[in-house]
Amino acid sequence: MTAELSHAALAIAFALAVAQAFFSLWGAWRGDARVMAVGPAAAFAIFIFVAASFAGLTYLYVTSDFSVANVYANSHSAKPLLYKFTGVWSNHEGSMLFWALVLAIFSALVGLFAGNLPPRLRANVLGIQGLIAAFFLLFILTTSNPFLRLEIAPAQGQGLNPVLQDIGLALHPPLLYLGYVGCSVAFSFAVAALIEGRIDAAWARWVRPWTLVAWLFLTLGIAMGSYWAYYELGWGGYWFWDPVENASLMPWLAATALLHSALVMEKRDALKIWTVLLALLTFSLSLLGTFLVRSGVLTSVHTFASDPARGVFILCILIFFVGGSFALFALRASGLKPGGIFAPVSREGALLLNNLFLSAIVATVFVGTLYPLMLEFVTGEKISVGAPFFNTTVGPLALLLVAVMPAGPLLSWKRGDALAVAQKLAIAALVALVCAIAVFAINGAPLYPMIALAVAMFAIAGAVIEYATRIALFRVSVSESFMRAAGLPRASLGTLFAHAGIGLTLLGVAAEGGWSVEKIAHVRPGEAIRIHDFDVRFRTWTERKGENYRDLAAAFDIRRDGITVAELAPAKRIFVMRGQQTTEAAIKTFGLGQLYLSIGDPSPDQSVALRAYWKPFVLLIWLGGVVMALGAAFSLSDRRLRIGVPKRAANKRLAAVPAE
Amino acid sequence: MKRLVLAFFFTLALAAPLAAVQPDEVLGDAALEARARALSHTIRCMVCQNQSIDDSDAPLARDLRILIRERLMAGDTDTQIRDFLVARYGQFVLLEPEKNAQNALLWLAPLLALLAGALVLLRFFRSRRAPKVKPLSAAEKRRLKELS
Repeated sequence: MTAELSHAALAIAFALAVAQAFFSLWGAWRGDARVMAVGPAAAFAIFIFVAASFAGLTYLYVTSDFSVANVYANSHSAKPLLYKFTGVWSNHEGSMLFWALVLAIFSALVGLFAGNLPPRLRANVLGIQGLIAAFFLLFILTTSNPFLRLEIAPAQGQGLNPVLQDIGLALHPPLLYLGYVGCSVAFSFAVAALIEGRIDAAWARWVRPWTLVAWLFLTLGIAMGSYWAYYELGWGGYWFWDPVENASLMPWLAATALLHSALVMEKRDALKIWTVLLALLTFSLSLLGTFLVRSGVLTSVHTFASDPARGVFILCILIFFVGGSFALFALRASGLKPGGIFAPVSREGALLLNNLFLSAIVATVFVGTLYPLMLEFVTGEKISVGAPFFNTTVGPLALLLVAVMPAGPLLSWKRGDALAVAQKLAIAALVALVCAIAVFAINGAPLYPMIALAVAMFAIAGAVIEYATRIALFRVSVSESFMRAAGLPRASLGTLFAHAGIGLTLLGVAAEGGWSVEKIAHVRPGEAIRIHDFDVRFRTWTERKGENYRDLAAAFDIRRDGITVAELAPAKRIFVMRGQQTTEAAIKTFGLGQLYLSIGDPSPDQSVALRAYWKPFVLLIWLGGVVMALGAAFSLSDRRLRIGVPKRAANKRLAAVPAE
Repeated sequence: MKRLVLAFFFTLALAAPLAAVQPDEVLGDAALEARARALSHTIRCMVCQNQSIDDSDAPLARDLRILIRERLMAGDTDTQIRDFLVARYGQFVLLEPEKNAQNALLWLAPLLALLAGALVLLRFFRSRRAPKVKPLSAAEKRRLKELS
């Protein structure tokens, strides 16, 4: 029954989404408040129904109802409970349902929190949200129904892909989807603005928090996915320039650009057309990511199922929304009036430079990801575009971007003083130089990581200096600096954290790339190898048993200066049901660095093929992401965004009158 | 019993894929080994999703790693080895596509994007500078007086 009810709930949600789209857009067109009032109510109802449907699927997973094809294919009764939950979105159908759920949540939130928006803008926004929901729900209902029954219910399920049986699956996809789908709100706002042909600084103020939320989750999702790959795949890589990774990186880059250009629009009423374009682009790239992953046109570790019918459907959705919104943009953008004037050297100018670099990076990643596809289509020639390409092209652009980043917040609006900024940043440059020289003197260094290290230090020091300037640190008494800090809007803390976070991530990347040590060796029981200043002694083979797997683990004693500091047991894990094997790396953190052990298969003479890494400062790669997300959280808590636009009191009173 | 379990794993291990770079592959000559590693980072594992042969567990990747080392030992240059692999597997094997006419658009993409963006910016600032500061109109002057 649960499956059928959940399916029905999904169908009702689809009907409601059509209603939401139609009545909202039509009501806004006619300017009829009663028709427009359907929007928020429908959005909330869709949320209820999609949530019910999702809960239904979860229930089927938890109770291991193998009469449902989706559960049979992706679950197993002996699977740990956590993975019965996370298994729901481990597959195509379930993850699309999850996508729809997140969209429903965002639409409901827009309906809830957008009370102070002009009614027509709100109706148009909800109309577009409804349209997106309708398309995706239709997609699920027609091509990806997770509630299909099998004619004969098997006694046991096929189990979940071992690589996915990890806490990472509980966090990475939900965070990423919150980010991806969160971008839809900025998109809907942009389309709504284009429909009305009117846009102002207040629009940017409404869009920014939604984009911040999406960006926050996207940042965490990407960082989480990167760390997951790092410890799960067993060779210590954290970013592979896999098409699917690129698919998540592109919306992140575009959203980053959008956050910055929306800032200009909010403060200076300028760059309207560009900001609207970025809002369209960000969600378009999210949709493109969904298409790339779900259609299976690109081979990637994330592509579970490739079914041409699905690919074509998503391509249609993509063409409709991207094509439609850009056509609307072409028609209406010229009508948007340009705003405030500013000199090239100014805060606005710096934010434009940020946008220039970010756009160039997006373009590079975009071309690199899709070039093989296009080339094969045109000439039939198959090529690969992998990590070496992206490292040589995106690397320098990213370094340039981060190198000019500290100057931005120091410049004043409209017309900045480049010389004064350079003087302020001289200390940061000095810090970067001293660090680079010190590291070079101690470790010697390859050039590229060396530059990255210097740029990273410059960015971190620059961010700190910018904040110190704001609170007049050392120029006034410490207590007054504290007072000033308390008086600053939280958004300035957001800038500090986000910019320092970028620097920290880059520092981690530089250290990992430049100063990692790797040892590959056969080690017999009782023997030891030396890596960095650790002695890694192989004790013995042991066996561990999990709920649905068996580990063949190699126990190592880690000693530093003769003292045992850790015991690590990397393993080969064999999943009993699927007979599949995974590598379980063992990791021990020392400060910000990590000792990473991964083993190959045992040799007949009982020795172990060991790959050991010492990765200094590697944790910064992901901690930087967390710090960036923290920055977004600070910005979100800014009074300006919480209180923001004056409430439309008159409207509220009207709405409070009960309908008779 | 424990013996038996281990024995079971060992037999299983024989059938299972091998791990990425194995100790027995590593060359004695550190310089050659470094070249081998650098090379194998740029060669695609043909049977994997999206991995270099350096990272891959697949037997084919291991074969290629060993092949690269044999060629290096025989004195081949990096280019010769790459050409050999391309002749055998096609362009698809290179993770870093060749810089030729066919891939010109790919390699120039970052530069073109930057240039296009810079041009737009230039035009943007040019167009905005045109109307220099206009003198205040009579009405504005009056309003200014009212304010001050």
